[in-house]
Amino acid sequence: MYDGGKIITGLIIGVILLTFPIWYNLGAAPPEPDIKLPVKTKKCVAPKDYMREKHMQVLDLWRDSVVRTAKRIYVADDGRTFNMSLQNTCMSAECHAKKSEFCDQCHTYTDVDPYCWDCHIPPKEKK
Amino acid sequence: MNVILSLIISGVAVFGLVAIAVIGWLANLHVLFGVVIPYVAAAIFLLGMIYRVVDWGKSPVPFRIPSTCSQQKSLPWIKYDYVDKLDNPHSKLGVWGRMFLEVVFFRSLFRNTRMQFGNGESIRYTSSKWLWLGAIAFHYCFFIVLTRHLRFFTQPQPFFVTMIEKIDGFFQIWLPTAYQSGLLLGAAVTFLLLRRLLIAQVRYVSLPADYFPLFLILTVVGSGILMRYVFKTDVVSIKELTLGLVNFHPKVPENIGVLFYIHLFLVCVLFAYFPFSKLVHMGGVFLSPTRNLPNDNRVVRHINPWNPEVKIHTYEAYENEFREKMIAAGLPVEKKVASTESKE
Repeated sequence: MYDGGKIITGLIIGVILLTFPIWYNLGAAPPEPDIKLPVKTKKCVAPKDYMREKHMQVLDLWRDSVVRTAKRIYVADDGRTFNMSLQNTCMSAECHAKKSEFCDQCHTYTDVDPYCWDCHIPPKEKK
Repeated sequence: MNVILSLIISGVAVFGLVAIAVIGWLANLHVLFGVVIPYVAAAIFLLGMIYRVVDWGKSPVPFRIPSTCSQQKSLPWIKYDYVDKLDNPHSKLGVWGRMFLEVVFFRSLFRNTRMQFGNGESIRYTSSKWLWLGAIAFHYCFFIVLTRHLRFFTQPQPFFVTMIEKIDGFFQIWLPTAYQSGLLLGAAVTFLLLRRLLIAQVRYVSLPADYFPLFLILTVVGSGILMRYVFKTDVVSIKELTLGLVNFHPKVPENIGVLFYIHLFLVCVLFAYFPFSKLVHMGGVFLSPTRNLPNDNRVVRHINPWNPEVKIHTYEAYENEFREKMIAAGLPVEKKVASTESKE
């Protein structure tokens, strides 16, 4: 090999950079999201699988509806009606009362930082 | 090869790959497509890249190839300023500068010129930056998108991943926040593809090996954008899968959509295809002999490494062997007998 020293050094640097996730995670057992579902309420505004994937779109729709057309009543697919409100409906005492035990679990896990809390105030939690 | 045929071959290839991923998903081959193929692709990519680089390293470059556009270092009264030092370096520092500008800023594309007809019969060469602009947008966006994907492969996420996400989603449009880099990446690939198709000279030199990677990347970008903004997937399950891959504890969550498997399979194909295609310029750019060697042909003696071993017989050894006979025959010698004996 010609200029072997330099080329091997470059290769090693390249391999180290490319395998970054492998050695970065070494030894650290990743904490998986541990969602605490509400005890009192059993049914969300939409089925669980739908909410898992598309809750942000529901909230987006709610926001636009309330802010732009002042319509606050949401009619779910099964006919139930809800007051469109993040703080008073989603995060009411009966449902997802604790942001840290619900929202943050997956958001932290997948490094998502939604800007809901730029305007909204999450419910106070006792430590 | 005819452009239509090239497009058909590349298109069918990418379409076929999508079909394979869909069939795999329908047949519930989640372990194969979610675990086995990603590992195989990663192994092919790493070993393939190492093989290619080592192979290049074994090729001798006995003589500098000064494909330069600048004055080489010469007599002290010939002007040799910083532009020449970068373009036609004779020192290692200059080579580092040239390589840095090449790798980071794509300087050789930046210098691209285009011949144009002026008034009458005159021709002129004008700067043409579109290729450079498309290339730099493409490469940097791809790099940012790839770095952003580390959020699926690390836990907790390193600070720079979060930082890049913040900057990338700076405008806070749409929900989930639109990342500029992903959209720009799609635009840049489309631009590079259109450039290839619309400029006759470039189209003439394009082959399936050029169209296939473009189609592949376009499909990867498209499936990624669709997954994030339109059809949605279960990101938490996906992270369990990806994190399991890098932690070597693979597990396959059940409820992941077909779009993710299409995306993942095409990325695997891209990685496995990488070392054997033109895409390998990722490693090759560092080993371009016209870029990474100083132009010191006249300063340093370069010995050809494949010169055969030649048995030499110097005049001194010859005379030592035949000195007495030469003296006896009356031939002139450089050294007398006595002095050579003392030396030997």
